[in-house]
Amino acid sequence: MNQLGKYFRPYRVQAVLAPLFKMLEAFMDLFVPLVVADLIDTAIVAHDMKMIMIRVGLLVVLALVSLGFAITAQFFSARCAVGFACDIREALFVHVSSLSLRQNEKIGADTLMTRLTSDINQIQTAVNMGLRLLLRSPFIVFGSFIMALTIDRKAAIVFATAIPLLLVIVLGIMLVTIPMFKKVQGYLDRLSVKTRENLSGVRVIRAFTQEKKEVQDFKEADDRYTSYVVLTGRITALLNPVTFLIVNLAVCVLIHTGAIQVEAGILQQGQVVALYNYMAQMIVELIKLSSLMITLNKGIACAARVSDVLAIPPELSYGTMPVESNEIGTVCFEHVSASYHDHGTPVVQDISFTVKEGEMIGIIGGTGSGKSTLVRLLTRTMDPKSGSIQINGKPLASYPKQQLSKIFGIVPQKAVLFSGTIRQNMQMGKADASDEEIHEALTIAQADEIVAGKKDGLDTIIEQGGRNLSGGQKQRLTIARAIVSKPQILILDDSSSALDYATDAKLRQAIAKIKNCTVFLISQRISTVRQCDQILVLDHGRLVGNGTHESLLSSCSVYQQINASQSRGEKEAS
Amino acid sequence: MNRTILKRLLKEAGKYRFMMILSFVLAFVSAAFQLYLPVLFGQAIDHIIGAGNVAFDALMPLLSKAAVCTVISAVATLLMTLVNNSVAYGTVASIRNKAIATVMNLPLKYLDEQKTGDLTARIIADGDAICDGLVLGISQLFTGVVTIVLTLVFMLKTSGMVTLAVIVLTPVSFLVARFISTHTYTMFRKQSKARGRQMGYVEEMVSGMNVVQAFGYEKRSQETFHQMNEQLRQCSTKATFYSSLTNPCTRCVNSIVYACVALLGALFILQGNLTVGGLTILLNYANQYMKPFNDITSVITELQNAFACAGRLFDLLDQKKEDDPVLCSHQKPSIDSITGEITMEHVCFSYDASRPFIEDFNLHVKPGMHVAFVGPTGCGKTTIINLLMRFYEISSGRISVDGTDITSINRTSLRSCFGMVLQDTWLSSGSIRDNLLIAKPDASDEELKEACRKTQCLDWIEHSEDGFDTIIQEDRLSAGQKQMLCITRVMLAQPSILILDEATSSIDTRTEVLVQQAFDTLMEGRTSLVVAHRLSTIVNADLICVMKDGKIIESGRHEQLLSRNGFYADLFNSQFASFAQ
Repeated sequence: MNQLGKYFRPYRVQAVLAPLFKMLEAFMDLFVPLVVADLIDTAIVAHDMKMIMIRVGLLVVLALVSLGFAITAQFFSARCAVGFACDIREALFVHVSSLSLRQNEKIGADTLMTRLTSDINQIQTAVNMGLRLLLRSPFIVFGSFIMALTIDRKAAIVFATAIPLLLVIVLGIMLVTIPMFKKVQGYLDRLSVKTRENLSGVRVIRAFTQEKKEVQDFKEADDRYTSYVVLTGRITALLNPVTFLIVNLAVCVLIHTGAIQVEAGILQQGQVVALYNYMAQMIVELIKLSSLMITLNKGIACAARVSDVLAIPPELSYGTMPVESNEIGTVCFEHVSASYHDHGTPVVQDISFTVKEGEMIGIIGGTGSGKSTLVRLLTRTMDPKSGSIQINGKPLASYPKQQLSKIFGIVPQKAVLFSGTIRQNMQMGKADASDEEIHEALTIAQADEIVAGKKDGLDTIIEQGGRNLSGGQKQRLTIARAIVSKPQILILDDSSSALDYATDAKLRQAIAKIKNCTVFLISQRISTVRQCDQILVLDHGRLVGNGTHESLLSSCSVYQQINASQSRGEKEAS
Repeated sequence: MNRTILKRLLKEAGKYRFMMILSFVLAFVSAAFQLYLPVLFGQAIDHIIGAGNVAFDALMPLLSKAAVCTVISAVATLLMTLVNNSVAYGTVASIRNKAIATVMNLPLKYLDEQKTGDLTARIIADGDAICDGLVLGISQLFTGVVTIVLTLVFMLKTSGMVTLAVIVLTPVSFLVARFISTHTYTMFRKQSKARGRQMGYVEEMVSGMNVVQAFGYEKRSQETFHQMNEQLRQCSTKATFYSSLTNPCTRCVNSIVYACVALLGALFILQGNLTVGGLTILLNYANQYMKPFNDITSVITELQNAFACAGRLFDLLDQKKEDDPVLCSHQKPSIDSITGEITMEHVCFSYDASRPFIEDFNLHVKPGMHVAFVGPTGCGKTTIINLLMRFYEISSGRISVDGTDITSINRTSLRSCFGMVLQDTWLSSGSIRDNLLIAKPDASDEELKEACRKTQCLDWIEHSEDGFDTIIQEDRLSAGQKQMLCITRVMLAQPSILILDEATSSIDTRTEVLVQQAFDTLMEGRTSLVVAHRLSTIVNADLICVMKDGKIIESGRHEQLLSRNGFYADLFNSQFASFAQ
C-alpha cells in the first residue's frame, strides 16, 4: 500500500483542498435547520413578513454558496483522482517492462492486464469518492451533534448515544460482510471457470457423454455460490432497517426530551424542529457513508493488488557502461545450473559449452528437456543459480540491457507481431532501419513474397495479434524482424514449426550465409539441426551430447533414439 | 421487446410467485409506515407550543405510535430485502442452470461460431446483471412509486398549495440533471474510447513482453503508452468533473425548493392555514421527495442494461437445439456392443450452406481396420470425424455403424462406441483421478494403474506430490503429460472404435514413440481412424485416405500410394526433402 503514497505527492494541494471545500459545503448544510428554527421562533412568532423573507433569502443564499463550494471541491477532486490514477498506471506500465520474463510469467499476463486497467480505474473512483465524502459525511454527523449541543445540552445526550451506536452498527456490518464479499467473488470466479471449461471442452464432454455429470457439477457450484450470496445478503439486509430504527427511535426520545425542555421554558418550538432536522440529516449521511465504505474497500483491495506488483523488485540488474570487446558473437557456458523456484529442482544442470564466432549451433531435446531454459539463460531473461555465462568473452551480467538487445536477434517460439504496419514491426529492434535493410532481412527470412503480395507493401497494416496473416507468414516475419538489426547472435527458438520442409531448408541455407553471425537453432527435428557445426543434445536438463550429426549418431544414445523416432518413415520409404 | 422479456422473466421466477406478491406487500407496508412518521412527528411538535404549554397527554400517544410505526417499517424492510434476495438469486441460479443444460444440447455448429469468452460472459456476468437490475430493480421501482404517491397524498393532506408548488418545481431538478448528463455523455464516450485504446495496447505489450524485451523496445512502448495516458488523463478529468456536477446541482435546486416550501409554509402559518408542525411535515417531505425520483432514474438505467442482458441470455436459451438432444427423456434406441464396421455412403455436408464442402463422400471401413486421413489443412479430415461422432449433421447421404444408421440411435450410445483423443488436450480442474474416471466412472484403482502403465504415465503420476489425487493446474503439467492423460483416459474406456485427431502433435518425437507403442496395443483388434500431420505415424495403416478440398483423391496402402507417384508421394517426399540435400 505504501508503494502508492508517493504518487499522491504531486496532487497534495488538490487532495487537501477538495475535502476542505466539501467541508465548507457541509457547513452550509448544517446552518439550514438553524435558519428554519429561527424562521419559526422569531419571524413567524413576530408575524413579520420582512423577517420571513430575510430568512428564506438566507436559505437560498446558503444553497447557492453551497453549490459554489461543491463545484470547487469536485474540480479539485477530479484533478487529484484522475491524475493520481494516471500516474500510477504509467508507473506500473514502466515497472512491468522492467521485470524479468520469469517474474512477468509468475504474475501472469491476465492479472497484469486487470491491474493496469480495471483495478486502477477502481482506485480512481475510490479516491474521487473518498476525497468528496470521507470527510463530509462524518463532518455532518458530528456537526449535527455539535449543533445539537449548542441548542440544548440535554437533547445532545440523545445524539451522543445514537451516533456511537450507529457507527458501531454500520462499521460492524461492514467488517463482517467485506470478507464475505471477497468469498462471494471467489465462488463466482469458480462458476466462471466451470462455464468456460464446459464450453472449451464441449467435444470431449460429448465424446465421453459427460453432459449429465457436467450439468450436475455446475448446479452444485451454482448452489454453493447462490446460498453464500444469499447468506451475505441477509447480513447486509440488516443495515438499512437497523439504522432507520435507531434514528427514528432517537427522534421519539428527542421530541420527548425537547417537550420537557420547552415545558420548562428552556427551549422554543422551532429549536425542537431544528433538533429533529439534524437527526434526519444524519441518516442520509450515514447511508452515503456505508456505500462509500464499500467503494473504498474495493479501492483498497485494488490498490493492494497494484501495490503488490510495484513492490516486486526487478530481479535482474544490468551493467551501466557499454562493454567493449573485440570478439563478435562468442558464447561460453561454464557449469551452468538453473531452476525456476528458489528451492525447486534444477531445470538445467551443469551445462558447459563454447561457441566460436559465426558458428551454427543446434540445440535438440524433447519437451521439458531444458531447451527453452537454455535460451532464457543465454538471452538473460533469467540468471543461472550457479556457473558463469560469457558473451564475447565478458560476463553476461555486466552488459547494459540496451546493448544486449543489440547483440541478440531473437525469434521466439510463438510468433508475436504487434498491430501496426509491417515496417513498424520490422523496425522494433532498429528504429531507423531503412527499407533496403528491411527488404534484405525479408529475403533471408523467405518473407519477401509476403510483402510483395500486398499492395501496400511495407505499409500493410498488421491487425492485432497478426490475425490477418497465416501462421507461416507470421513466423517468417518474426524471423525477418530479428535479422533487421544485424545481430551478432541470432536465436531461432523452434521457430520454423509452421513452415513446410522445403521453405525451412531454404531458410536455413540463407541464414547460414549471413556474415559474422552466430546462430542458435533450437528444435525437436533432427532435420533442422543436422547440418549445424555443433549440436547440443539435452535430456532432462543435462547436456548429454555435443558434436556434429555424424559424431553424435555414433556416440550419443539419446540422439540416436531421437533420430530413430524421426526417420522411421524414411527408412521404410527407401 | 422489453415486455416479452419481462413476461419471460416472470415465468422463470414463477415458483416464487407467492414470494413476489409478498415482497410488494412488504414494500408497501414499509414505505407507508415510514412516510407516516413525519406526520406523527409534525403533530407531536404541534403539541409543544411553548413554556408551560406542552400537551404531554396528547404527545405521548403520538410518540409511542411513532415508535411502533418505526418498528413495523424496519421489520417490513428487512423481510422485503430477504424475500427479494431469495427470489432474485434463486431465479438467476435456475436460469444459469438452464443455460448450461442448453449448452449441452446445442449443436456444435452454433457453439463453434461463438467465442467462449462471450458465452461465458452471457451466462455469468449477464446473469448477475439480471439479478441486480431486473429482480431487485423492479422491487426498487415499486418502492419508489409507492413512496412518491404516498408522499403526495400526505403532503396534500397537510397543504394543497405547497404540494402544488413542489410538484411544479421538482421537474427543474430533472431538467438540470438531464442537461448535465447529455453534455457529459460525449465526454464519457471519449473516455471509454481512450480507455479501450489503451487497454488494447496494454494487452498487446503485456502478452508480447518477451518480444518487447528482446528487442529493447521498452522505452518506445513506454512513450506510446505515455501519450495514450495523457490523452486519457484529459478525457477522464473532464468526464469525472462534469459528471460529478449532477449531485451538487440537483441538490441546489432541491434546496431552493426547500426554501420555497419554507416561504409558502410561513405565509400559510401567518394566515392561520397551517401549523408549525405542518410546516415541519412539509419541509421533511420536500427533503425526501427527490430521493425516490433519483432512485428511479438510476434503477431505470440498470433496468435497461438488465433487459439487454436478459435478452442475450434468453437468446442463448432459445437457440435451436439438436433434434434429439442428449439431455432429454425421450431417447432413441441404444446400440450395444459393435464390431466396428463403418460405412459412409453418398455423404454431403457443408459448414456454410452457400459453399458445398463435402460431396458424395464414400468410405467403407471393415471391423478392425486402421484408417489414416492425411492432407493439407482444411481438407476435411477433421470434418469426417465430426460427422461420424454426430458433432455435426450431414445434409444428405447415410452413415452407419455396424449397418445401423447413426441417426436412428441416440447420440450418447453412439459416442460411447468411440474413444477420441484430440489435439487440444482438455482436462477439467480437478485431480488426475477425476479426469481419468470420466471415461469409466466405476474403474477400480487397479484398472487405473493398469491403463497408466500401458501409456507410460504411471511413473510420473506416482512421483507427483499427491499421486492420482494431484490437482491438475495450468503450469504443473507439460503439454505432453496432459496429452498422455487424455490418451490414458481413452485406454481406460476400451472403446470399439478409436479416433486420434492429431493426437501426438504436442509430444516430442521420442515420447511419441512410447505413446505410439501404447496406441498400437490399444488399436489391436479395434477399428481406428487416425488424423495425423506426421507421416511417420501412419505408414502402417491398412488404408490411407489422402484428402483435398473435401474429397478423397487417393487411397491405398503406403507403398501403393508411393509407387503411384501422386499427391501423397509429393507430400511424403517434401517431409524428407532436407535429408536429400
